[in-house]
Amino acid sequence: MTAITLPDQRGHFGIFGGRYVPETLMTALDELLEVYETAKGDPEFEEEFRYYLRDYVGRPSPLYYAERLTQTLGGARIYLKREDLNHTGAHKINNTIGQILLTRRMKKPRVIAETGAGQHGVATATVAARFGLECDVYMGSEDMARQALNVFRMRLMGSRVITVDAGSRTLKDALNEALRDWATNVRHTHYIIGSVAGPHPFPMMVRDFQSVIGREAREQVLEKEGRLPDVLVACVGGGSNAIGLFHPFLGDGVRLVGVEGAGHGLDTGMHAATLGLGTPGVLHGAMSYTGQDANGQIQVAHSISAGLDYPGVGPEHSYLKDSGRAEYVSVTDDEALEAFELLSRVEGIIPALESAHAIAHIARIAPEMDREEVIVAGLSGRGDKDVEQVDGLLAGSEEDAE
Amino acid sequence: MNRIEETFASLKTADRKALIPYIMAGDPDLDTTAALVVELDRRGADLVELGVPFSDPIADGPTIQRAALRALDRGTTLRAIVDTVASIRKQSTIPIVLMTYYNPVLAYGTGDLCRDAARAGVDGLIVPDLPPEEGTELSDACRRYGLTVVFLVAPTSTAARIELVSRHTTGFVYCVSLTGVTGARGKLADGVDAFMAQVRSRTDRPLGLGFGISSPEQAREAARMADGVIVGSAIINEMEAHAGEPDMVRSVGEYVASLRTGIDRETPVPAQG
Repeated sequence: MTAITLPDQRGHFGIFGGRYVPETLMTALDELLEVYETAKGDPEFEEEFRYYLRDYVGRPSPLYYAERLTQTLGGARIYLKREDLNHTGAHKINNTIGQILLTRRMKKPRVIAETGAGQHGVATATVAARFGLECDVYMGSEDMARQALNVFRMRLMGSRVITVDAGSRTLKDALNEALRDWATNVRHTHYIIGSVAGPHPFPMMVRDFQSVIGREAREQVLEKEGRLPDVLVACVGGGSNAIGLFHPFLGDGVRLVGVEGAGHGLDTGMHAATLGLGTPGVLHGAMSYTGQDANGQIQVAHSISAGLDYPGVGPEHSYLKDSGRAEYVSVTDDEALEAFELLSRVEGIIPALESAHAIAHIARIAPEMDREEVIVAGLSGRGDKDVEQVDGLLAGSEEDAE
Repeated sequence: MNRIEETFASLKTADRKALIPYIMAGDPDLDTTAALVVELDRRGADLVELGVPFSDPIADGPTIQRAALRALDRGTTLRAIVDTVASIRKQSTIPIVLMTYYNPVLAYGTGDLCRDAARAGVDGLIVPDLPPEEGTELSDACRRYGLTVVFLVAPTSTAARIELVSRHTTGFVYCVSLTGVTGARGKLADGVDAFMAQVRSRTDRPLGLGFGISSPEQAREAARMADGVIVGSAIINEMEAHAGEPDMVRSVGEYVASLRTGIDRETPVPAQG
């Protein structure tokens, strides 16, 4: 079995993936899989999905040649896949459109979601408003503080934002609480998981919905460059934007690089480099690399970016890592901040802090590459949500310097 | 036949129902856990579920989450819990099952854990986030070391899934009484009798009923449908109410004795409606 045809019938990518959930949810996962498989083969669903991606989300998103970034770094030609230009400002809505259409097919009146940076929460609140479904979003209290603008957005669109004060008060705990809600209300609620994580069929289904990123990018780069790129670079928290970009290129000889959050540094214990430093384990319904201690307790991740601040990762990334098909690196909070400023200054594009991690890695590799070589980066979201946080951080560091 | 199967068989002969209390190992510390198990045994428990604390307990409500946090704050590990069972075995032969999420099992090593647990006197494992589809490795290891492995059914389980779970479970079938997470509730869930009848019609294995059961009255009602009654959060609530008191263990014992009385009380089944 090749990487392209995975997962298998039971949702396994090699040893990774699967379904490690309470029995209460098993029937709902079977139902979801069935509804999804039926929809996938239904031209009407395909047409509906395309329609909303085009007229509501604004797809296709441009593949933009970042000329000044390329000149500044002085190496490979850099293209940005502009998911930041989507409605709601990130790639997350590709998936929530797909899942809300499935929710309607399942005739469930309520959706729930977890969110870290708030982008998935906003994308879910958006489609819930558009289709008139009840929506509750779970968000860690620490993330609510650093992403207050997104909390306001969700509420404005009629969703409830439920504060999660357990554990690390970030994405991991929001996921726990959403899973508990789902187990309680599963008969009338669909859980719109925001990444390629969770039990089967979520990693496969979310990947399929997000693969529109890579399909478009592949066509666009062929049109602009007349050839495939040499390297794809994308940030990885749960990993949905990276898988979405990578997947249509899996069969090509293109280098795939996922960038995790190194937080304060890999040797500080305060990072989110799950693939870099984690070990295989079971978290949130799937077997995958996990940030855990020797006793199997999940560790608290750290990243400046709320969307990367997660001690788990999608199982397909674990498979791509172990099979050697993709490589995973990490950049620190400071490097991400520099890249945030760099892209803002030279391109007039303020990236999300998540996406700034991908830019930071490009700043390392592009100068070493040939001018004829081509990099495509996933610019997964825009940075408006982060400006207040970054402003505070920069002000803080200036004070430190004084 | 291992100790769990023997327990259900002899209770059946005596026309009695099993009382299965759950406590979180290491809450507030492992010495207290050992003392509690001995007390539960003395007060009429037939089997004890020892919870293994996990950082991300997705099947548990706030009460057991808090207990897990307290146990983890004390540095409780699965290894230390296994050692504690070995020390409990000097004082009690009550069947003990570990209720643990899967990741601590994986981190320990499935085969190593089953070997060490069996050697220490553990009788079985319940892993609430491990459905039979993913449980082959654990089932094999449990079989090798003579441990039972208990799988769960829920009100949302289809007939086909109830049969699947019944084929893979050993010891008993853990019936989740409600659609949701653990935690004391004011009454048993609607439709639980129909659910139990459905499970009963598809398996000959003993049925344990748990989640939400929190009073002697509810325990009695549950015992009419099941072969064993599992009470967890209500016991932890009782521990919290007496936290720090010198007679906490005795207070919990009294509460468990009241559950025993509730289950054993001969009461005519009230007419439906």
